[in-house]
Parts: sequence; structure tokens; C-alpha cells
Amino acid sequence: MTAAAIDPVAARARALLPPDAVITDPARLRTYECDGLAHYRVVPALVVIPEDSGQLAAVVRACAEHGVPFVARGSGTGLSGGALPHAEGVLVVTSRMRAISAVRADDQRAVVEPGVINLDVTKAATPGGYYYAPDPSSQQICSIGGNVAENSGGAHCLKYGFTTNHVLAADFVTAQGDTVRIGTAAPDSPGYDLLGAVIGSEGTLGVVTSVTLRLVRLPEEVRTMLVGFDSTDHAGAAVSAIIAAGIVPAAIEMMDALAIEAAEEAVHCHYPDGAGAVLVIELDGPAVEVEAEYVEVERLCREAGAFEQRVATDAVDRALIWKGRKSAFAAVGRISPDYIVQDGVIPRTALPEVLAAIAELSRSSGVRVANVFHAGDGNLHPLVLFDESHEGEGDAAEEVSGAILDLCIAHGGSITGEHGVGADKARYLPRMYDEADLDTMQLVRCAFDPQSIANPGKVFPTPRLCGEVPGRRSGVHPAQEAGLAEVF
Amino acid sequence: MPVVTPGSTDEVAEVMRDAAARKLTVVPTGRGTKLGWGLPVDPDLHVDLSGMGKVLDHQAGDLIVDVQAGVRLSDLQQTVGAAEQRLLVDETVPGATIGGTVATNASGPRRLVAGTARDLLIGVTVVRADGVVARAGGRVVKNVAGYDLGKLMVGSFGTLAVVTEAVFRLHPVPEARRWVGVDVDTAERAHDVTHAVVHSQLVPAAVEVEWPAEGGGTVVVEIAGRSEGVARRVRDLEEILGGATVADVEPATWSSYPWTSGSTGLKLTCVLSGLRDVLTVAREVGAHVRGSSGAGVLYAALEDADAVPGALARLREVCARHEGTVVVVDAPSEVKRAVDVWGPIPALDLMRRVKQQFDPDHRLSPGRFVGGL
Repeated sequence: MTAAAIDPVAARARALLPPDAVITDPARLRTYECDGLAHYRVVPALVVIPEDSGQLAAVVRACAEHGVPFVARGSGTGLSGGALPHAEGVLVVTSRMRAISAVRADDQRAVVEPGVINLDVTKAATPGGYYYAPDPSSQQICSIGGNVAENSGGAHCLKYGFTTNHVLAADFVTAQGDTVRIGTAAPDSPGYDLLGAVIGSEGTLGVVTSVTLRLVRLPEEVRTMLVGFDSTDHAGAAVSAIIAAGIVPAAIEMMDALAIEAAEEAVHCHYPDGAGAVLVIELDGPAVEVEAEYVEVERLCREAGAFEQRVATDAVDRALIWKGRKSAFAAVGRISPDYIVQDGVIPRTALPEVLAAIAELSRSSGVRVANVFHAGDGNLHPLVLFDESHEGEGDAAEEVSGAILDLCIAHGGSITGEHGVGADKARYLPRMYDEADLDTMQLVRCAFDPQSIANPGKVFPTPRLCGEVPGRRSGVHPAQEAGLAEVF
Repeated sequence: MPVVTPGSTDEVAEVMRDAAARKLTVVPTGRGTKLGWGLPVDPDLHVDLSGMGKVLDHQAGDLIVDVQAGVRLSDLQQTVGAAEQRLLVDETVPGATIGGTVATNASGPRRLVAGTARDLLIGVTVVRADGVVARAGGRVVKNVAGYDLGKLMVGSFGTLAVVTEAVFRLHPVPEARRWVGVDVDTAERAHDVTHAVVHSQLVPAAVEVEWPAEGGGTVVVEIAGRSEGVARRVRDLEEILGGATVADVEPATWSSYPWTSGSTGLKLTCVLSGLRDVLTVAREVGAHVRGSSGAGVLYAALEDADAVPGALARLREVCARHEGTVVVVDAPSEVKRAVDVWGPIPALDLMRRVKQQFDPDHRLSPGRFVGGL
């Protein structure tokens, strides 16, 4: 590929899209240089903002014809650099594809374009008594297309599952620029579950242009509790007791003292004074079930050492409780000039052990770590604090952050529960999966995108050579020729 | 027919490497309860996984279970049941194994709440056609690292790889369960009852319809939860439905298919607004329907083999109109030869490319699946 390969793609885009939807001006290109992981920056060669699936497919087809990489981007809120542009490629932005095409409460389905904001689906479905369950903390700004790419979760996925459990069908533009329908609005579409492969593939298999979502009936009752404990150990014991009692709350979130301090400074959420940890527990469902579960959860928390329990009974109270939790990432900006948001998963029962190990890491390195996590499913979000202006602090923070991932892997967990691998963690993937595992995953990549032009360089540390026949190669390898890799 | 019975993933890998070297076609099997599903296949070798029947690890505190593919679903349930937990997947055919359940994505009434094996599988170990062992996912419920190969395996009918181990998410066993049944004498009424229940806030655990080839049918709703909660919700439900009967045991036909050996079994899907039309056409073509009306997944039995092609065409038309599909699941081989078993499949080209990557020589269950894969 040469730099000039972008020119025919830009020409094709200009012929098909409105003038303001094709960006080549360097100053404007720079506004797209990063997503929510701002320390990775790459200016794309071209930005296009298609208005419909036809335009989007045409741009992708032009990319395929000229061997130009493309990266799809929704709202750009991703935290792993999944929508980081390619310097010689096209950034395909879906922000003008924001139609909610249908909300059919009768069928428990909504049909939306990829640029639609997550929360807007719920807003559109609520009058009919329904909502869209996956609720990443960024749900006021993140897009459904991005959710599909990342298989986004959220606080309530403990009970309701992830994006992959809520998408039935999609119009999908392949890396060749063809538009195909995958899945059906009805369940269990026959054939391979291509949608299951696409969701969470971080834009490396193609781009969705219309998504059929499952809607969930609004619960009769929602009860949100804020519970204060002396320590994360006591809070963790309460979580274990709740799970052991056969209760599946809609959400169980934990914050430690440092995270509480930050949230308090930022949004004055009035969490219990002097708490070493708080739990935000939400129960939902039929009122009579919620009441019965509440009585039990209250007792279990008390027995685990809770010193204060508050219950939100209306939407305003509930919003205040959630405000502290949902603002936690941004809030640590109040107590530290710089920070890394980590995302790792451990088996929930390993929580006390892993938290102790994180505390020890923090102590020995002098790097402060604030802990916020989805305690119900063991998804940790340690916030590693540092000050870039002090020499060496950034590196020390990186080291602690990486060591936390190693802890997760050592306990049989995962390097990412919801933020994705993206550009940020591709180098960690081989610590979790061996060569054969990664090779097998990339068979899927080769099936969908043999040219490796869909979001190349993300997820996998090294591309697989599609169609490779060992020992029968001559001349320059095609992937090497395409500039995709230098050494294998 | 040659059968090998490996005892471990490594032994399966050895068998598969050997089969690859000798270019043998292979069908992975469990207890063989659903071997007749899909198109007939006559392989050189059956890899029988019933020797891999262990529950490897049950972590009650984490609500997960790690099993070998040959374990019987009933054995798994017994093991995790000791901790008052369960895998929310029904045993629709007695004796079914996990491997076969994954391969066919078989599901029953419980799918309404948590979906199918597809939605509960969190980790998988497979042996590829070339004998390479690969893993994806893991032992935690929340995990987005790498591609979700497990999803591709579920419902692939043994055509992509041999699943040897699986890790599932579990759910607690509810304290109480009740079954609330109501008679329905028309398709319209079955439709209305289903809608009244699924659009209520009672959170039913299952909504099942029984709609025979003639005469009246029933809709049965399972309510599960805490004892006091269930009692109250059952009363609310009776009020919504009027004239319901309440049982504390599952109906006899619960989690079973309506067909018998020799008849033709179909799987029908539709969006919920299409239930009335699908049940109406089913009655017109003489089908006996049973299934999860609350999820839009129904099974139908046709007794008269000669009538299958005509009935299938009409059912495909009505299900397609309501955004669903019809698959011939189980049928005498002469019926399968006479009809399009899988029906029209969108994105078949992409599926072929996936198959080509995983099994380029088409040695795994060749011809059993969609598009002759």
C-alpha cells in the first residue's frame, strides 16, 4: 500500500457523499485522532461520515479495491483505543446514522442505526413499557454500533447479560463492501452464529449498519441500596453472602475508600462518612419479589458488618446513589492529575485475595490505586493514579496497571471484561491465550477479512497469514507486501 | 461403522490428527440422541465423546461449572443441584449430553429468561479438524478478550470443530415454582394469552403453548421465585388470565418435542406479533405445535410424510412474513431427501468462508448443515 492509495478512496467518497461528510483537511482530521483512550493518537488519512448504509458500504468497497485500511467509529467513547484511526486509512464515522427505525414493544424489538445513542433506545422504548438493558456507564453518549463492536456490558449485565445477549440481527457490511443480513428478528436463526462472532470483534470483521435489538419489560419495582462497610473485605463478604443466598441482584457495585473520596469531592454524593467501602445494590422485578429479596439483602449486609444502609425509594434518590458510582472514573481527576482506567476480571470468590494483592502492589510501588468494580461478576476497574509532571510516575503507574492484569490472569480471569482489547491490550492477549488459541480465533478473521483491512492492528498482536500454506511460500509474503506486518 | 472413544482432549486431538492424515470424514457424537438431526451423514469415523463424561469443576461461589462435552445434562444438573444451582438449559431429549446440546443449540421452556446454551456458554475447548487444540473464553462470566469462538460452535452441528470441554454460567434454583395453565380454543386466544403474560411485569420463567393438530390447546406459564413472591404473582396471573389452573409439578409434556419416531419434526420461529398467524397456518396444515410461545420458538410435528412438502412451504411463508424461519429438525430420511431441510439462509457465503477456514477439506460432519456444509 502506498500513501496515494487513499486518493481514489477519497475521490469515490466525494462522488457519493455530501461535501461536508468527506474530511481531508489536516486540522479537521486531527479532531478524530483518538477515542476515549486519549494517550493513543493517530491522525487518519481520511474521515468519512456516511448518511446511510449505501454510502458506508461504497466507501468500504473502495477501501477493499485499493487495499486501504478502515476503522469504524461511533461516538468515540471506547477506552481501549478500538477506534484509534489508521494513519494511512479511512475513519468511517457513524454519527450521522442515528435513525431509530422502529420500536415494536409488541415484538420486544427495536431496529436502530449504529450511530444511535444507547440511552436513546431506552428513551424511545419507555413509553411502551420497555427498555434496552445493556447500560455502559457512558450510555448517555456511547453508540449502539460501538456497543456491538465492544460487546458492551454495564452495571446491570450481572442479571441481564451483555450486548451479545440483546442483539438478534444486523445489516452488516463486510470488509469487501458487500451488505448482508445476519440473524433474524426471531430467535435462533439457522446457520453459524455469525452475529455472535461479530459482536465484540472490535470492528475487525466488518461494520453493522442496522441493528435489531431485544427490548426488556420495565420492572414493576426497582430498589437501590447504598451500604457502608469498614473495609472491602466486609463488603466482599456481603456480596458472597448475597450470591450464596440465591439472589441475583440487577447490580452490585463496590467502591473503596479512595474512590469514595474522589466521588465525594467531584459530585458530593453524600456516601457514608468514614466508609472503607460502599456497595451499591439494586434489586428489580415484581414488587413482591423485590420486597422479599430486600429483607434478606439488608440482613446479610448487616451480618457482614454494614454500619449504614440507605434505600432509595424514588428516582431522585436512586439517581444520587448512582451518581457517585457512575462519575467515579472522571472523579479521580479531582484527586490525581493523571490516571489509568484498568479493566480486568477475576472469579468473584478471588476478590479478597486479589484486592489484598493490589493493595500490596500499591504499597510497594508507592502508586495509589482507587478501586471501583462490578462486584457481582468480578469485573475490576482499578484506577491507577499518577502525575505525568513527575518523572517516572507514568511508567510506574503503567507497571502497576500491567501487574494487575497479570493478577487477573493468574486467578483464571480476563484482561478485559467490557472495555475491549483494542490497541491498548493487544500485547497482553498472548498472556491469556496460547498461540493455537489466537491462531484459531484468527481463522474467523481470515474468513471475514482476508485482506486484513478492517481495523488492522487491534485485538491481535500479530496478524495471521490468511490462506497460508506452511513451507510452500516464495517471494515476499502478501501480508508483508501489504504493509501489514514486517516480521512473522 | 468405526467408532473411537477418546478419554481426553489430548486423545481427541490425536484421533483428529490421524483422521486428517488419512483424510477420513468424522462425526463427533455424544449419546447419539440427536444424530438424526440435520441432513444425513455417513462418515468414515464416529468420534464418540461419551467417554468424556466428567464434571471437571463446579465453583458454586462463582456460579460456574466446567464440564467435559460427553457429560449428560442430567448428571451436570445433579452435581450443581447439590449447591442449589442449575444450568438454565432444558434436557429436551432424555440422555442428551452437553456436547450434543451445544452442537444443536437445543433449548426448552427455560430459554425465556436466560436464552439458550449460546447465552450461557462462557468458555470452550475445541479440537480443530487438523487436530489443533484451541480454547476461547474462560471461567469468568464477563470477558471480552479475543473472539467469542463458543458462539460459532453453538448450533454448528459438529461441522467446525470437536467441542471437548465447556464452561457455563449457572443460576440459583428458585425457592418455589408453580405452573399456571389456561385452556385456549383458538389461535387468537393462544396469541392473546401469551401476549398478556409476556407484556405483564410478572417476569414469567416460561410461557409454553400446546396446540394440537385438532381441538383446543393450552398455554402454561411457569412462575419461579421466593415462596411468598410466587404465591402473589400466581394470584395476579390468575386475575389476568381468568379461569386458570395452578399446578406444583411441571406438565407431563414440559421440555419435550411434539414429534415421535417416524413423524416429521420442525422448528418454527417468529416475532411475537406473528404467533396468531403461525398457529393458524399450523392448524390448517395439520401440525401439532408445542413450544415457547413467549419466546417465539415453536416445534411442530407432521404425521403424514406426503403432506410435508406442502405444509413446509406454507409454514415457511408465514414464519418468513413474521421474521422467522422453519427448519426440518428430525424426519425420516425419505422426507429429508424430498425437501429443503434448512430453508433459505442469508449470509451463506460468509458461513462457507468460515467453514473453509476451520475445515478446508470438509471432513467434519460433511453435508449435515446449512448449504451442504
